[in-house]
Amino acid sequence: MAVISFIDAVTMAMREEMRRDPNVFVLGEDVGVRGGVFRATAGLIEEFGEERVIDTPLAESAIVGVAIGAAAYGMRPIAEIQFADFIMPAVNQIVSEAAKMRYRSNNDWHCPLTIRAPFGGGVHGALYHSQSVEAMFNSTPGLKIVAPSTPYDAKGLLKAAIRDNDPVLFFEHKRCYRLIKGEVPEDDYVLPIGKADVKREGTDITVISYGLTLHFALQAAEKLAQEGISAHILDLRTLYPLDKEAIVEAASKTGKVLIIHEDNKEGGIGGEVAAIIAEHCLFDLDAPIKRLAGPDIPAMPYSPPLEKFFMLNPDKVYEAMRELAYF
Amino acid sequence: MATKVLMPQLGESVTEGTITRWLVKVGDTVNKYDPLAEVSTDKVNAEVPSTVSGRVTEIVVAEGETVAVGTHILSIEESGSAAADVPAEAKEAAAAPAPAPAAAQAPAAPAPAAAAGAAKQRYSPAVMRLAQEHGIDLARVQGTGAEGRVTRKDVLKFIEQGGAQAEPVQPQAASVPQAASVAQAAPAAPSAPAPASFDIPVAAGDQVIPVTPVRKTIAARMVQSKHEAPHAWTMVEVDVTNLVNFRNQIKDEFKRKEGVNLTFLPFFIKAVVEALKEYPMLNSTWAGDKIIVKKNVNISIAVATEDALYVPVIKDADQKSIYGLAKAIEDLAARTRAGKLTVDDMSGGTFTVNNTGSFGSVLSMPIINAPQAAILSVEAIVKRPVVVNDMIAIRSMVNLCLSLDHRVLDGLICGRFLQSVKQKLENIGPETKIY
Repeated sequence: MAVISFIDAVTMAMREEMRRDPNVFVLGEDVGVRGGVFRATAGLIEEFGEERVIDTPLAESAIVGVAIGAAAYGMRPIAEIQFADFIMPAVNQIVSEAAKMRYRSNNDWHCPLTIRAPFGGGVHGALYHSQSVEAMFNSTPGLKIVAPSTPYDAKGLLKAAIRDNDPVLFFEHKRCYRLIKGEVPEDDYVLPIGKADVKREGTDITVISYGLTLHFALQAAEKLAQEGISAHILDLRTLYPLDKEAIVEAASKTGKVLIIHEDNKEGGIGGEVAAIIAEHCLFDLDAPIKRLAGPDIPAMPYSPPLEKFFMLNPDKVYEAMRELAYF
Repeated sequence: MATKVLMPQLGESVTEGTITRWLVKVGDTVNKYDPLAEVSTDKVNAEVPSTVSGRVTEIVVAEGETVAVGTHILSIEESGSAAADVPAEAKEAAAAPAPAPAAAQAPAAPAPAAAAGAAKQRYSPAVMRLAQEHGIDLARVQGTGAEGRVTRKDVLKFIEQGGAQAEPVQPQAASVPQAASVAQAAPAAPSAPAPASFDIPVAAGDQVIPVTPVRKTIAARMVQSKHEAPHAWTMVEVDVTNLVNFRNQIKDEFKRKEGVNLTFLPFFIKAVVEALKEYPMLNSTWAGDKIIVKKNVNISIAVATEDALYVPVIKDADQKSIYGLAKAIEDLAARTRAGKLTVDDMSGGTFTVNNTGSFGSVLSMPIINAPQAAILSVEAIVKRPVVVNDMIAIRSMVNLCLSLDHRVLDGLICGRFLQSVKQKLENIGPETKIY
C-alpha cells in the first residue's frame, strides 16, 4: 500500500470519483490551471478538461450558489473554498439554501453538494488564512460537517461526501496537507459519515479531538506511554452530527476526558461534546471534563511568537493529558 | 555561544524540506543573511540564509536528507562571543536546552499520599457508584490521585484484589487454622473502633443488598429518634370482649352497606383520638427550649409492605367517625401498597398508632415516630382466662403498648392517657355510634 500525504489522498478521492461518475465536477478559485493554491486539484484539469474543473471568479457566494443550482439539477459538485476563512460570503447559500433544500421542498429536491475548505493555522497564515470556522456551522441540521485527520480517512470520507445526497462541509486542516502521511489503499472504499474512530486504545484517560490536534494527542500519548500512562484517543471525524454513541463509550471507558481542538474554546465543538458526556456519563466520570483549545481571541496572530502562543502543540497537549492522568 | 540554525518554513502548508546542497562547511566564516544551503520542498526551492554572523561549527543534516521544519540543521559560533574558545562539545552541552525534559519532570507524580490530603474525602461520581455497587467502604481504599484522591482505577483495583469481598484475614485466624470457620465469623464485629463499624466482612455466598432510598430514610429516622428521644415504655391490657362481639355483629352489614371492611383498628384509633383530646400533651413535640402542643390531631398509621414501612397520616382524625376512620385507613393502606402515596399523605402526623397485632405480636416496644411525642401499638387480640368479679372467665384481651419521649411526657400522664383509652374501649357496645 502506498504511503501518501493527506493532500494527495484528497486529490486521489476527487480523481476517483470524477472517473466513476461524470456528474462529479470541481469548481473554485484557481482550481483549474493552477491546480489549487495547495495543489489539491493538481492534474484534474488535464485529465477532465475545463468543463469539469472550473475556475471561478473571486466570489464565494457564487461558487456555492452555482454549485447548489447544479446539484439541484442532478450534478455532484465539489466546490472548493480556497481558505475556510473565505467561506463567510457563502454562509447564506450554505445555511439557508443547501442545508434546508430537502426539508423545505418536502423531499422533492435535494442537494448533493460537497464544499471543501482548508482550515486551521500553524502555517504562518495570519488572520485571513488560519481560521477554524467549524463551530459556525455545527448547529445546522441538514448540513454535515466532516473533518478527517489522516490520509486514509480523508480519502474514504471525501468519497462518501461526494456520494452523499445532501450537502457536506469537508474541512481539511491545511497543516496536515503535507505533514501527515499514511497508507492509503488504491481501492475504491468509502467510510461512513457520522462515525468517530478510536485511533488509540487506552485505559487511563480519554482524549477526544479532530484535525491537526489529534496528531498532537497521538504524539503526546506515545510519550505518556513511556511514563506508564495509557491514553484512549477518539477521532471525531464527523463534527456534525456528532457520533454520540462513540463519545459516550470513549468517555465511559476511563472516566477522565480531555477534549482538544484548535478552534476557540468558548462555543467550540468541545462544548457540545462535553455536554453529551455530562448528559450521559455522570456516574462514569472520575474527573471534571477538561477542554484544551485555542484562546478566545479574535484571530490567529501574524507575529510568530504570538502564533505559537495561539497554536496548540504536542507539549501543551502532553501537559494537559498528564495533568488529567494524575488527577 | 553557538547559535542553532533551523530548517525554515518555506511557504504555507510546507512542513519539511530536503537539503539539496550545503553552501558552507565547518570552519567557514559567514555573515548574517549569507546563503547556507539550498533546500527543496514540494512547493519551492530556496536558499537558507544565515541568521547570525560567525563561524560554522557543526553541520547536523547531511545533503539529501529530508527533515521537518524547525529541525536543527547547523550551528554557528557567533563572532565576538565570550565563549569563543571553549571546546565545541562543552558549548553544545551548555547551550542545548536539556533535550530530555520528560525524564526529568515526569516521575514527579504525587506520592500516593497516605497522609490523606484534602481530596481524599471527595469522591467522583464514578467512584461513588462503584463503591455503592460493590459495597465498598472507601475509607479502606488507598488513593493514588492528586492529593491522595481515590480514583476510579483505585476502586477497580481494590475490587480486583478482592477488597470488596473480605477484610484482610485477621492475624489470629491465620495462626489457628483449625478454627478457621469460627474465626472468620467471630473477630470482626465487637472490638472495631467506632468509625470502622461498617467494616463488616462479606463471606463468599453472602448476598449484598444495596440500600434503597426508602430503607435509608427509615434507618436514618429510626437512629435519629432513638438517639434524640429518651424512650420510656409502658403497657396496659384491655378487655375488648364487648368490642369483638359488637364488631362481629355489624361487620358484614357494614361491608355490604359501605363497601369497606370494618376492622378493629378504627375503634382503637377512635378511642386514642378521644383520649388525646383529654390529654393533649401526648399530641405534642419537643422543640428544644419549648414543647409545642399540636392543635390538629393527625394520626400516623404504620403500613408495612414487603420491604419497607410507611406511615401515612389520617388528617383531622378527631373529626372522623368510626366509619370515616375505616374508610381513611382502607384508602391509605391501598395507596401505600400501590405505591401511590403523596408527600402530603405522609406528612403532618402528630401521634402514631401501630397495628402490630395484625402480624400476631402480643408485645412490642415501638420506636417513636419523631418528632412526635409518643407511639401506641395495638397488639393481637387473644382469648385468655382472666379474673372478673373474682371469677375466672375467658375474655378477649389486647395489650396496648406506649413508647413515650420522656423529655415531654412522664409516666403519670401516660398512665392516665392509657387508662382513658382502656376505659373507652371497654365501654364499646351496641350503643356505640359508627357514623
